[in-house]
Amino acid sequence: MSAPAEIIAGTLSIAVTYVLASLAGVVSERAGVVNIALEGIMLVGAFVATAVTFACEPVGADGVRSAASAGFYAPWIGLAAGVVAGSLMGLLHGVVCIKVRANQIISGVALNILALGATQFACTLVFKSSSNSAVVASLPRWGIRPFAFTPIAWLAFLLVPAVWFFLYRTVAGLRLRAVGEHPAAADTLGVRPNRTRFKALALSGALAGLGGAALAAEVSQFVQNMTAGRGYIALAAMIFGKWNPLGAAAACLFFAASERAQIAFQDRINPQLAQSLPYLLTILVLAGFVGRARAPEALGKPYEASR
Amino acid sequence: MNRFTRSVLSLGVIASGAVLCSCGGPSSKPATVSLVFDVGGRGDKSFNDAAYRGLERASAELGVTFAFKEPTNADREASLRAMAEGGSPLVFGVGFLFTDSICTVAKDFPGQKFACIDYDLVAKPQIPANVSAIKFREEEGAFLVGAIAGLTTKTNKVGFVGGMDIPLIHKFKAGYQAGVKAVNPACEVIANFAGLTPDAFKDPVKGKELAKAQYGAGADIIFHASGSTGNGVLEEAKERNKADGKVAHFVIGVDSDQWEEGGHVLTSMIKRVDVAVFDTIKAHKDGKFAAGAHEFGLKEEGVGYVRDAKNSVLISGEVEAKVQALRKEIVEGKRTVPAK
Repeated sequence: MSAPAEIIAGTLSIAVTYVLASLAGVVSERAGVVNIALEGIMLVGAFVATAVTFACEPVGADGVRSAASAGFYAPWIGLAAGVVAGSLMGLLHGVVCIKVRANQIISGVALNILALGATQFACTLVFKSSSNSAVVASLPRWGIRPFAFTPIAWLAFLLVPAVWFFLYRTVAGLRLRAVGEHPAAADTLGVRPNRTRFKALALSGALAGLGGAALAAEVSQFVQNMTAGRGYIALAAMIFGKWNPLGAAAACLFFAASERAQIAFQDRINPQLAQSLPYLLTILVLAGFVGRARAPEALGKPYEASR
Repeated sequence: MNRFTRSVLSLGVIASGAVLCSCGGPSSKPATVSLVFDVGGRGDKSFNDAAYRGLERASAELGVTFAFKEPTNADREASLRAMAEGGSPLVFGVGFLFTDSICTVAKDFPGQKFACIDYDLVAKPQIPANVSAIKFREEEGAFLVGAIAGLTTKTNKVGFVGGMDIPLIHKFKAGYQAGVKAVNPACEVIANFAGLTPDAFKDPVKGKELAKAQYGAGADIIFHASGSTGNGVLEEAKERNKADGKVAHFVIGVDSDQWEEGGHVLTSMIKRVDVAVFDTIKAHKDGKFAAGAHEFGLKEEGVGYVRDAKNSVLISGEVEAKVQALRKEIVEGKRTVPAK
């Protein structure tokens, strides 16, 4: 049996990606835009963060790159690039479903497929393999073991109250929520719904890009489809958390804990059952709670400005 | 903007994604040898890269040209078919997942030869006449690295991280466990699998979580048989050793020599996929292609482990002598290793 500290640390590190992605979902959906593209945005964030880190690694006079001794700045530039790339993906989602008013689910699915193909294609160009990147320089680990996490993880924990404060205690957050509940009313009060939604999607994309960069930083590498459905679990957590950053983060911790428990129990109970545990819990929880959770009123509906 | 433009735009996004997915087609001239990789793909530093080394060696020593594809889960059969249609006289499918597809495609292209690494004889006992089914006795190699782990551990606890929960990976687990217990009956083995789908072979983030849990529970050596998922195990060992300022957490690599800077790779269980690929290409070139099942174990030197200048400081002469004695017993048939 592991020490309790190891179990808690393990749970927290699993939760990081879920937390970032579910915050991304909250920001987007609170503004009225369904963001099923989280999975794809994270994947792009993970790839861009890895590729840019790779590109920024200093190459020795002998032409040999050394990820281990590479300049400390390279992974930080990669991280920033991953966030920017995620943000751009968010804006692309905005163009398709706000400007062109296409169906938001379809746009999200299309972006996920695009991200899967594009990252494989780009991976072949940069790393000569569509499956695996090279191992690149890694971000430092901050904290005392076992609570030694990447800076992204610490940031993620801070972002939970920050996003809550933004949504519920600032004017911009109020406007964002208003646009997701009743865009026409917001419009008559001088809040431009579509512009607000674009901003929300840029922020949502940045958060999801950060989530992808967190995955890549965990293993200092990009692997084809490395998000492996984590974006969808985050969406479930967002709904379970009733579109509230604090609730969503708590739901993410719950899912992460069940995943950590699954690892511990795998050896003792039926492995198939143990491995399905996180997903079974997701279904049970959604079936039990969604009925009582209320989505933003204007979620999924494009808004056509009258002026 | 009207509905038509909207649909075209959405479809355009989907189509561009699909086109990008199908990159890496073969060149116009048919290659002498084509190979379709398993989940995990090129650069996994393990199973697939071993196959690729076989191709490279054949290209250098036999002058053959080659083409390859890294399919996603859905298009395994399509990739094989494309290679066969391209006119390649010898097509490889790397991995047990190709068993069904290779039998189907081989029947449609009776004039060409096919080879399947890790062919699943239970699923398809009837091997088509133009298919070479290459199998390994992984449990024998795993037994020896298990013995190394059992003799080397300081915590009397060792770990196993498997990829997909399937009989093939259970062979690694069973051999490893038997090896540990043969030399150190008191040693505990913690075993985990990364998942129930082929994606479990390419999820290093999951691999890292599993390694965290096993090292956290007191294991000091982890043997992985999980494709690129194992890269996460390697990362976790590196991270822990760096934080401790000493090398106290070890990994045993799989399929290829997975040695890395840092001294955390105790040894690797070698599966000579490279030799199998090379030998099959050579036999084909010499007109001696043999269809049917071919099995490689310790006796045929198809499996083994690494002890060379790099890691001999980690495996003492005493340990090596004991492991070699076990090896001899297995080769001479005096000891059988459980495969499940």
